[in-house]
Amino acid sequence: MELLEPIILSVLAASTPLLIAATGELVTERSGVLNLGVEGMMIVGAACAFGGAWLTGSIIVGAILGIVAGALMSLIFALMALGLAVNQVATGLALTILGIGVSGLIGAGFVGERITPAPHLYIPGLTDIPFIGRILFGEDAFVYLSLALLIGVWFFLYRTRGGLILRAAGDNHVSAHALGYPVLRIRLYAVIFGGACAGLAGAYLPLAYTPFFIPGMTAGRGWIALALVVFASWRPGRLAIGAYLFGAVTILQLHVQAFGLGIPSQFMSSLPYLATVIVLVLISRARTGGSTAPAALGNTFVPDR
Amino acid sequence: MRKKLLAASAAVLLAGSLSASAADKLKVGFIYLGPVGDLGWTYQHDVARQALVKELGDKIETTYLENVSEGPDAERSIEQLVRAGNKLIFTTSFGYMDPTLKVAKKYPNVHFEHATGFKSDKNMGIYNGRFYEGRYIQGVIAGKMSKAGVLGYIASFPIPEVIMGINATMLGAQTINPNIKVKIIWANTWFDPGKEADAAKALLDQGADVIMQHTDSPAAMQIASERGKLAFGQDSEMIKFGPKTQLTSIIDNWGPYYIRRVKAELDGKWTTDNVWDGLKDKMVVMAPYTNMPDDVKKLAMDTEAAIVAGKLYPFKCPVVDQDGKTIECKGGDHLDDGQVLGMNFYVKGIDDKIPGK
Amino acid sequence: MQLVLEKRTERSNTIALVSPLIAIGLTIVTMVVLFAILGKNPLLALWVYFIDPLTDSYSLQEIAVKATPLVMIAIGLSLCYLANVWNIGAEGQFLIGAVAGSWLAVKTHGTDVGPWVLPAMLLMGAAGGALYAMIPAICKVRFGASEILTSLMLVYVADLFLDYLVRGPWRDPNGFNFPTTAEFDPVATVPVLVEGGRLHLGAVFVVLVVIAAAILLGRMIKGFEIRVVGAAPRAARFGGFNSRQLILLTFAISGALAGLAGIIEVAGPVGHLQPGFSPGYGFTAIIVAFLGRLNPVGILIAGLFLALTFIGGEQAQIAMKIPLDVTKVFQGILLFYVLACDSLILYRIRLISTSGQVPSGTA
Repeated sequence: MELLEPIILSVLAASTPLLIAATGELVTERSGVLNLGVEGMMIVGAACAFGGAWLTGSIIVGAILGIVAGALMSLIFALMALGLAVNQVATGLALTILGIGVSGLIGAGFVGERITPAPHLYIPGLTDIPFIGRILFGEDAFVYLSLALLIGVWFFLYRTRGGLILRAAGDNHVSAHALGYPVLRIRLYAVIFGGACAGLAGAYLPLAYTPFFIPGMTAGRGWIALALVVFASWRPGRLAIGAYLFGAVTILQLHVQAFGLGIPSQFMSSLPYLATVIVLVLISRARTGGSTAPAALGNTFVPDR
Repeated sequence: MRKKLLAASAAVLLAGSLSASAADKLKVGFIYLGPVGDLGWTYQHDVARQALVKELGDKIETTYLENVSEGPDAERSIEQLVRAGNKLIFTTSFGYMDPTLKVAKKYPNVHFEHATGFKSDKNMGIYNGRFYEGRYIQGVIAGKMSKAGVLGYIASFPIPEVIMGINATMLGAQTINPNIKVKIIWANTWFDPGKEADAAKALLDQGADVIMQHTDSPAAMQIASERGKLAFGQDSEMIKFGPKTQLTSIIDNWGPYYIRRVKAELDGKWTTDNVWDGLKDKMVVMAPYTNMPDDVKKLAMDTEAAIVAGKLYPFKCPVVDQDGKTIECKGGDHLDDGQVLGMNFYVKGIDDKIPGK
Repeated sequence: MQLVLEKRTERSNTIALVSPLIAIGLTIVTMVVLFAILGKNPLLALWVYFIDPLTDSYSLQEIAVKATPLVMIAIGLSLCYLANVWNIGAEGQFLIGAVAGSWLAVKTHGTDVGPWVLPAMLLMGAAGGALYAMIPAICKVRFGASEILTSLMLVYVADLFLDYLVRGPWRDPNGFNFPTTAEFDPVATVPVLVEGGRLHLGAVFVVLVVIAAAILLGRMIKGFEIRVVGAAPRAARFGGFNSRQLILLTFAISGALAGLAGIIEVAGPVGHLQPGFSPGYGFTAIIVAFLGRLNPVGILIAGLFLALTFIGGEQAQIAMKIPLDVTKVFQGILLFYVLACDSLILYRIRLISTSGQVPSGTA
């Protein structure tokens, strides 16, 4: 089945931005904050990353700029939702709208330009191993970074004290506060981390996936990332499965079309979204008695004195 | 409070004076579907608009509205241009057809030009390009250049415009390789670089070695370039994204047409028309033939010359559909315009089914 | 020294009245700065955006036409949001409502049907939207699945379904295979109120809906239940309010209103069904709901205001070549300021010393 290797490679690439953004949002939500502004942060990250890479000729500079842009956008969210105790859903949506507009303004000057995309790893000997060589050793840095990020987050959440405190803040902020933990500060860091990841995920698109910037190039990936966090029941391991599954459905529906099976293309295009709904229902169902979200997710917290 | 009033009235005066000085110039308006930066369809219209300004600069003033969605907003956007004093308005997408017609009926003294549609009126003309002529040439080239005998086609939506492109490509390719095959992916979008890139990857993975597209971004060209395969650009020059990849590109060359129509308007001679120009009138222009051996280049140029001279028709009869039925030939020795405009069948040799049939 | 947020003992009514104005003021200041950065004359830009569209009857009508679907959808959304359920899929319900109502128009096209067609279409549109909204509602009530994500995913599905219908079974046979249904018969079209403009009957419906919502929320038990379930779920449980039933009810109403808006839009200003006829009304309505602070009259005003910015934004593109993105930035910033100022209704910002002393004040 010689089609399998290229499909896996395509899926890896397609899933990477989803994985990075979702990882960041997972940390944010584990701390008890729901940030719906992922799409806005991603697209601003994309615009700034491309601009930076094009102006300086360096992918790394572009990536850093993307991360910073995402983090700055998330700061606006933090100011509103944490600082002023504003409703998180509304704030997140406003952030998305603002992000789309801002990215259009920033990116307008760069449309039509192209850069050299991020290079793929090549280790003589290893990368040439048939089949797994390219998958394991032949991808670009972002793919490896996404996996390292995920593992790092898993380690932080489940094997460090900091992660434990963060999870506590997400499950019961009142108790955490009573115990003396700085709930708002923890959430602030979590939100910034989420923003940085979203910015990096957005940066991946023009730096590696399609090396030019077009307004709106994130095409809804931020929303998919949000769905993935729920799909994963807020657990990092499940997140990887979800991201690659979603990437797979997206890629496979194109292959099925190319095969000429005659299924209406709109149906094929809708499969990833239908799949998400079905999975969400099944996941939530499996946990009798409601979802396993961090119990304080989305609730505003104002420390009383 | 008084300061505000003063400021406001100053603004009005300024606005008034702006429009007064421009009263001598003919105002020409454009409605765009996408952003001018899409490097594709809208971009080419804007390139043409800029050519218009360059040619007739001191006599006209142009305005455009971009990202105008094809729903109820379109009618208002068109009417806004009318109310801002534009006398000749180009609406550059099929979905603007009915809104343009409605506004045209309301303002009989304003002239409208609608692209790629089929309804017109006394003050509303229509125009389109015979892009299928370019597709035929691309098919001929692809037939020669494809070693695997499999073409990859990234299509947008199953409308006649796209179907006729696929068919023309196949007919051209079949003159070289009667057994050539095509794999088609419907992206269901005119413009989504990520999706177009994925589609290109899928087609290449499945064995296609020449990629063509009826979508607007250079993503597919980029992917083909990365994989060392060949591709055709669409709407505009895409060689920047694939210096060793692009064979040619169909370029929408609206400039001369726009200049022609605006000049007519300036001379007071504008009348409604139904223009479907192709290679001959240079509304469709092929990017230089590159990345191919000289004999293929010569064949492409000869084919182009034959079409221009009217000696070769891409849809020359007999045209056989994929079920084996011969299509009735209403144009003498080739399908007539009406048949091409409403094309909703695949020609023989395409194994796929048109979605939604 | 540190800035902290302190809950007020009771809502500040002065702030509640004044906050929208402060928010608008702050937004205008920010926009002036933005225009200056872009090199555009700020005062002229503000004029073109906000004042100019109010100066002639055509623009005023267009504002009403644009605001009609926004307000109708937003009223429905406000019911959901008051009950603390987040219907993000109004865009999908809008599309499905349009599809459901259009079915009748397509089926009876060209035949000599009576004037019952239009009311029937509107009913079907509302029913279609309501049923589509029940999917995320049931997923939430029965399975506990996040309604934010399910309703959002269903938007994409609805969009693709509409695309399939209009390119396939419902395509106009005389339309050269272009993806649009035949133009709706006059009897199946929403009538225009004022000759020469586009203001249509939908506007009347909207006013009725606003009044109905105000009565529901202000005077009826159900409205009270909705608000309590959202604001104090435990108290609601003690009060015997059935939160599941309320979730289903609010989603149903919200879907019905979105669906009604959809069929009115298609049978009115557009005149036929085609893919992509919605410029994202379902999402813009979310902004309207929040700008209107989930209050029916507030939503009416907010919807008109936002429509004004759309019209003004288009005119700014024409008159001053200001890019469309600026309008989006403006809307985002406005929403931020409104939300921020609103938080001052419930909280106050204090500067306290961090030397450990508890500031005096009512507990």
